[in-house]
Amino acid sequence: MLDRLGAASTSMLAVVGDVSWFALKAGREIFLPPFEFRETVRQIYELGLRSAPLIGVSGVAVGVVLSMHTRASLERFGAESMIPAGLAIALVRETGPLTAGLLLSGRIGAGIGAELGAMRVTEQIDALEASAVDAFRYLVVTRVIACVISLPILTTLMNFAGMLGGFIAETSATGMSLGLYFNRAFSLIEFADYMPATLKTMVFGFIIATISSYLGFTTDSGTEGVGRASTRAVVLSSILIIVSNVMLVRLIFFVFPQRGG
Amino acid sequence: MTPGSAAKPQGVDTAKAASQVAVRLDRVTKAFGDRRVLDDVAFEVPAGCGFIVLGRSGTGKSVTLRHIVGLVRPDSGRVFVDGDEISALQGPELSRVRKKMGFLFQNAALFDSISVGENVAFPLRRHTQLGDREIRDRAKEKLAAVGLAHDYDKMPGKLSGGMRKRAGLARALALDPQILLVDEPSAGLDPITAGEIDDLLLGLKQEGGTTLVVVTHNIPSALRLGDQLLMLHEGRILAQGTADELERNDNEMVHAFMTSRHAG
Repeated sequence: MLDRLGAASTSMLAVVGDVSWFALKAGREIFLPPFEFRETVRQIYELGLRSAPLIGVSGVAVGVVLSMHTRASLERFGAESMIPAGLAIALVRETGPLTAGLLLSGRIGAGIGAELGAMRVTEQIDALEASAVDAFRYLVVTRVIACVISLPILTTLMNFAGMLGGFIAETSATGMSLGLYFNRAFSLIEFADYMPATLKTMVFGFIIATISSYLGFTTDSGTEGVGRASTRAVVLSSILIIVSNVMLVRLIFFVFPQRGG
Repeated sequence: MTPGSAAKPQGVDTAKAASQVAVRLDRVTKAFGDRRVLDDVAFEVPAGCGFIVLGRSGTGKSVTLRHIVGLVRPDSGRVFVDGDEISALQGPELSRVRKKMGFLFQNAALFDSISVGENVAFPLRRHTQLGDREIRDRAKEKLAAVGLAHDYDKMPGKLSGGMRKRAGLARALALDPQILLVDEPSAGLDPITAGEIDDLLLGLKQEGGTTLVVVTHNIPSALRLGDQLLMLHEGRILAQGTADELERNDNEMVHAFMTSRHAG
């Protein structure tokens, strides 16, 4: 029993070591030439732009639901006029970044894990290497850069879509105008609310891309392995996003004591 | 030739001077886990030669090819390509040596997210300064050479096994490599298509002077393409020499293999 526990711990530590090395290598090579500009742009389109509909629709839905809950709470205190501002702060500081991170870990994480896993088992990664192309730089670094760039942009889209959803709920309930709604929504938000919370999603993007790429890159066992890589990419990315979010919020509170994350 | 006599390169220095040697394995040993896949394997492939690696499935033939292109590194021993020790190279230096080689994978390994033509154009886009039109023309030329002139825009998933292999060959030839590594050219193909692939390979060797290193267990194909044959068994060299020499070999396994030509 102890032997098995020991073997499992050793194996887990080995994986953690491998993933850390993989992430460090990716983090280092982002800044080193040659830059795969064309492939990076293609990945920004594939991973970022093509995620926009998912983020937009989800954002509106989240905004509607948040607005309804906020109304139910603030009505008790006669503070309905604070609904747009309350909703905006909730979205910008936490709900938008975290929801976008988790949604994208599903879409992007599964996609990268499955794509690179399939490329591994069909020898396409070997074919890249045999064609004198650095497969790590071409496949992994480009995806990491694309995710790090795309996540803050998609989070901003999520925030706006959420506010739009909030407006739809609010105008349905009270007939509030668009101008008044957004005027109230932005009345309490400052740059320091938006910036740290949005920039932390760059870390989420790095986590999603490196974890998913690692799992895809190290896939074995054929199609079963591809499925496993895809599922694990989503699960591990989501867990790490939630855990890292706690630390990042703590860090933001430390750096911006008045704001929090 | 006996197994021991294959270890000729032992102790020989890197020596770019031996430029007539395209590929050299110097006492290469490789294990995956507890399983030793290659055990003290040493041989030389002369430039312009058709070199065939024979053996039963799982005897280390494909791993040998992967060592030559630097996809696998030996646990011990060294691998030289055109005088450079590829097993010790990394980064741009490794890429420089890899550009001298083309690799046709057993299942072609075409990039399935881009068209057949873009697969062939890929190495040209990466490693030449040619303009887009010239790259497309060259890719079409290579596809025409393998009988796929009208398939530039098709996606790899739409091709038959034989067409995929021919497209893979066109990609492997895109940079006009000095050395072509081919893993099981006839695997999964009907005899006629397999014969067409052999014709293409033979043409490259005879007309272009390309060095061929071909892994196969198809004896008729090996006899057509091979100037030198090497037989691996359980990771060790069992026999090496010309087809005639192997046919006269007393070893039971070699004999069984060489007489399987009619089943081939």
